[in-house]
Amino acid sequence: MTAPSLSRAAPADWRAPSIFGGPGRRLALLALLVAYLVWSLSTLNVDTARVLAGLPRAWTILERMVPPDFTRWQILLTGMLESIQIAIAATIVGAVLAVPLGIAAAANLAPRPLYLVARGLMVVGRTFHEVIIAIFFVKLFGFGPVAGLLTLAFSSAIFLGKMLAEDIENMKPGPVEAVRATGAGFFQTFYCAVVPQVLVKTLGVLIYRLDSNLRHSTVIGIVGAGGIGQTLSASFSRYDFDFASAILLTIAALVAFGEWFSDWARRRLR
Amino acid sequence: MAGSLSTGAAPAAPLLAVEGLSKVYPTGKKALGGIDVMIDRPQLVAVIGSSGAGKSTFIRCINRLVEPTAGRILLNGEDIVALDRKGLRAARRRVGMIFQEYNLVERLSVMQNVLSGRLGYVGLMATLRWRFPPEDIAAAFALLDRVGLDGYHDQRADALSGGQRQRVGIARALMQRPDLLLLDEPTASLDPKTSRQIMRLVRELVAERQTPAIINIHDVALARSYADRIIGLRDGLLVFDATAGELTDEALTRIYGEEDWAPPPSEEDEDEPAAQPGKARAGLS
Repeated sequence: MTAPSLSRAAPADWRAPSIFGGPGRRLALLALLVAYLVWSLSTLNVDTARVLAGLPRAWTILERMVPPDFTRWQILLTGMLESIQIAIAATIVGAVLAVPLGIAAAANLAPRPLYLVARGLMVVGRTFHEVIIAIFFVKLFGFGPVAGLLTLAFSSAIFLGKMLAEDIENMKPGPVEAVRATGAGFFQTFYCAVVPQVLVKTLGVLIYRLDSNLRHSTVIGIVGAGGIGQTLSASFSRYDFDFASAILLTIAALVAFGEWFSDWARRRLR
Repeated sequence: MAGSLSTGAAPAAPLLAVEGLSKVYPTGKKALGGIDVMIDRPQLVAVIGSSGAGKSTFIRCINRLVEPTAGRILLNGEDIVALDRKGLRAARRRVGMIFQEYNLVERLSVMQNVLSGRLGYVGLMATLRWRFPPEDIAAAFALLDRVGLDGYHDQRADALSGGQRQRVGIARALMQRPDLLLLDEPTASLDPKTSRQIMRLVRELVAERQTPAIINIHDVALARSYADRIIGLRDGLLVFDATAGELTDEALTRIYGEEDWAPPPSEEDEDEPAAQPGKARAGLS
């Protein structure tokens, strides 16, 4: 076959390195995965009887959801409008808070101690899901839209601030250096060299956040933070499944509209 | 038409005196080890040297974009190194800077970029509304005309070619009515023809406005053709300072190290086999 001299000079056999590092370890990992699956299924107590009993119940609920009942449209409309208002107001408040937070969390603008504080705040703020924060604010300020507004404003500020900080860190340093070299002050430099570089992307993120606040505002109502979610939760607990389906359809329509609007608006930027 | 001349130079103090300038970066890298340079008349001074010789650090220390470790920088007799933040801002207004990558704010218009040169003179509120005094706007239009960009004021900076962008960069620096121009590799991103046009423009402006300019440049031929005076840096030290005409092969060796500065010999004369480029270069640096 191949001459020994040839194979010594240039091996013709080569394989990409395995990510597991050798076939033995791959086999061991597979065995571990299978063992874990078996163990977790056996401890979860999946009761087949209960799963089977739930299926016909699902069918009954679905049957009672059709046709959706829109006769109480005033309640529906009030809830929807409240949700939309919560979303818009929270986005605006969040955006205003996000600007100083974003500057403070940008390593190339903020002094080190301020940067660490701002980043720490972001880590803490992002630890908890909106629903958990909403439960907390409902406990503080009682049921209603105020708690929802504060929840979404808080999480929007953290999210938008983080995105802004990342954007500022990724901007080109050259124009900033050039504007600084003309003798401009900090705020002048920020306005003339940083803002133009990050504005379009930040607006895009803002519109995206408005869209996702619209979705979140329908959910956090379930824990009592106002809006259509509260109406939905109430209708479920009263077994008003036909009204619940009307609410769900309206939410779906709103979310679809929000997504479309967000896409449309972000495409037009630039 | 071409804008006002720079204010009459004070006869007593030199325009720029750099004394014992040194810079050690926090990493421990010693970039400049005590540089003395004096510029006493409006002239185009080219700074040459290998990459890492300290050219960029040198030029950035002059307007303190990089903080010097030691030394004095006297601009019209005032020590820039000793200034506080406010004083530094005022001093920076008098030093125009031009960059290799032009450093325009790309999403802003040509006019906004040029007017940025006046930011040191307008307040924050005026900045937010981009309202500049009429004389600044008139000066900006005149400068755009001077650098050959008449009618481009409303174009976005990212719509321009490299040469055009550099002209905007020059106009922005001249808007400051500077006492000194700093140019950091202004032609390194441009093609040879545009490079020569930019160098010619800079040379003309130095003469017209009686403003000295310090220019970092890699291209020794360009430096020879356009600069009045050449400064050579090597490992953070000044190893050459004379007129362009005095830049001999021996001086180049002092600045860059051993190399054959003669034009390359033709193929037949080459006695080294072409297949061993590594060996041919092994003796250098």
